[in-house]
Amino acid sequence: MFFVILAPLALAAVAFAVPSQGRRPLALLAGGLLHLAGVTALWLARPAPVLGGWLELDPLARVVLPMTSVLFCVCAVYAQGYLARRAERDNRVFVGGLLVLLSAMTVVALSQHLGLLWVAIELTTLTTAPLIYFDKSARSLEAAWKYLLVCSLGIALALLGTFFLALAGAGPGGPRSLLLADLTRAGVALSSPWVRAGFVFLLVGYGTKMGLAPLHSWKPDAYGEAPGLLGALLSGGVTSVGFIALARVVQVCSAAGESAFARDALVGMGLLSMALAAVFMIGQRDFKRMLAYSSVEHMGILALGLGLGGAAASGAMFHTVNNGLTKGVLFLAAGNIHRSYGSKRVDEVRGAARRLPISGPLFLAGFLAVTGSPPFSPFFSEFSILNGALGSGRWVVGGLYLFFLSVIFVGMGATVLKVVQGDPTGAPEVPASGDTWLTAGPPLLLLGLVLLLGLFLPRELKLVFDAAAARVGG
Amino acid sequence: MRMSAWTEMVFILVVVLDFFLLASSRLKAVIRAAAAQGALLAVMPLLLAWHTTELGHVLALSIGALVVKGIVIPRLLLWAIREASIRREVEPIVGFIPSLILGGVGVALAFAFSSAMPLPTPEQHAFIVPTALSTVWTGLLLVVSRRKAVSQVIGFLVLENGVFVFGLLLSDFMPAMVEAGVLLDLFAAVFVMGIVMFHINREFSSLDTEKLSVLKD
Repeated sequence: MFFVILAPLALAAVAFAVPSQGRRPLALLAGGLLHLAGVTALWLARPAPVLGGWLELDPLARVVLPMTSVLFCVCAVYAQGYLARRAERDNRVFVGGLLVLLSAMTVVALSQHLGLLWVAIELTTLTTAPLIYFDKSARSLEAAWKYLLVCSLGIALALLGTFFLALAGAGPGGPRSLLLADLTRAGVALSSPWVRAGFVFLLVGYGTKMGLAPLHSWKPDAYGEAPGLLGALLSGGVTSVGFIALARVVQVCSAAGESAFARDALVGMGLLSMALAAVFMIGQRDFKRMLAYSSVEHMGILALGLGLGGAAASGAMFHTVNNGLTKGVLFLAAGNIHRSYGSKRVDEVRGAARRLPISGPLFLAGFLAVTGSPPFSPFFSEFSILNGALGSGRWVVGGLYLFFLSVIFVGMGATVLKVVQGDPTGAPEVPASGDTWLTAGPPLLLLGLVLLLGLFLPRELKLVFDAAAARVGG
Repeated sequence: MRMSAWTEMVFILVVVLDFFLLASSRLKAVIRAAAAQGALLAVMPLLLAWHTTELGHVLALSIGALVVKGIVIPRLLLWAIREASIRREVEPIVGFIPSLILGGVGVALAFAFSSAMPLPTPEQHAFIVPTALSTVWTGLLLVVSRRKAVSQVIGFLVLENGVFVFGLLLSDFMPAMVEAGVLLDLFAAVFVMGIVMFHINREFSSLDTEKLSVLKD
């Protein structure tokens, strides 16, 4: 288990030490492949908890860790092509930072201790902020500053929430520990007002990290200005581990008998995120910012599924995987389109399907997948969340959910079709920036995975999703 | 008896400094006040936790707070305002008098909240929770109501000070790792912010975050 945490860190050190600008991205590839191999071995071996129970491959980790690893590997391949084209930029911090990020995300996924979890989440913020500034432009600086400030505030409040939970268990006979196993075993012995207050602060803190409305203000700027590669990792990886962190907190709340309170808050925030995404998605003039609002929407869907519990929670776990992989397709394809046109404004970019014969159609297919069109896998996870809502008699919630999904489909579709269709002659063009196998192949592979998961979901995986949902008291 | 009078004095001073931070426009004075608050925090573990916690942890907390919150970060900030030659917060988004009033409301709410929440460990000092929450509130207020990047960083520092005060409730059983993480992360966060600030300055020739407003919908 230590291997998957330390290997990327060691390679990050190598990346910082290597002087050659051209060879350095290979460290990314090596880190991704080693991590994927390590995660596969862990998945099959089902090791016992290590470090006194602080790290464990629990069902939640079994859901999110393989997805993160695959996404990182694909992005690492893409980075070979991307960084070769941006040879004039120093990529030392970029490559090193991404590898540290991989390590931090792994710790979040495996961590069973709320303090360690918090430290690792903070580390994901610190490593990604300088990466957003990769373009060294005033706009990317503004995005990095907002991201750092908003996320640091969220993280500080999350620490306060963690302290509240620790205090809840500090009474006589309490667990006096932040280990999930101890906290859930203590159950109703935890002081309930402090558990509630702790949940509120942690929801705000980790909700900021996930980008749930109304705490999403950093998201459109950061995703809009960051390289597509980083956007894919932020919206597929970092937000997903933020969701896992929140799920762990819900686990404690359920055990303490406060689940009704926590679930209502999650359902409310989930619906609010979807509503807000719908409003900002209509008439969006910048296709990368549009993707950011799509990310707000999908974090809302995850929070909603977690809040509804039962079949919907299992659907939310499945959706974590689907959203992560599909966001990879969308951001990498959008990055290719952005580079080829030198613009991400909808009124300047048209005819991407003709100019970029792979990335253009991929962007369209990714849009269809992410908005829940069959046979792609997000359709099935979004459907099972709807099923969970209606099955538990929450007709209003189910109805609003369907309504927002359809508004978003129409709003996002209008923007995507403007980008993909039409005649590219006359649109701005950056020479020597067409599709190559290294830049268009990775998102194509991810889309294949999304399609495959939609057509055939192994029973093994379904069981893992159900086990993860049961963990959060589904 | 004398001891507890001193302890109460420290808590009251921390809250008074909160008000000073909200009311002052001269950045140098604000940074000094934040440094003084950090130094006061260093006294707290000595006064509160010395009989329940191992001496090593108490000293680590106390010296850590003094060095990081009282000396290193204020120095970095002073260096930053000297480099960028800025002296004062000219136009706060929320004026100084309204911020003071909001601060007062926050302190009242913090006391109301903490009397409504029964402490699971009644042997702890009753002022810890209200002081911590007032300071967190002050920090949040500073971050959202000030325009200069330096003022926002100070706000973040003050917020972290509040969290630190709350952490004192847990110092007898929280593993040292978490506490070290707190100080290190604070340092790292502000350090990175400092670097970014430097770039903002070079890019826009000013440290005014109002100029950072190209990105919006």
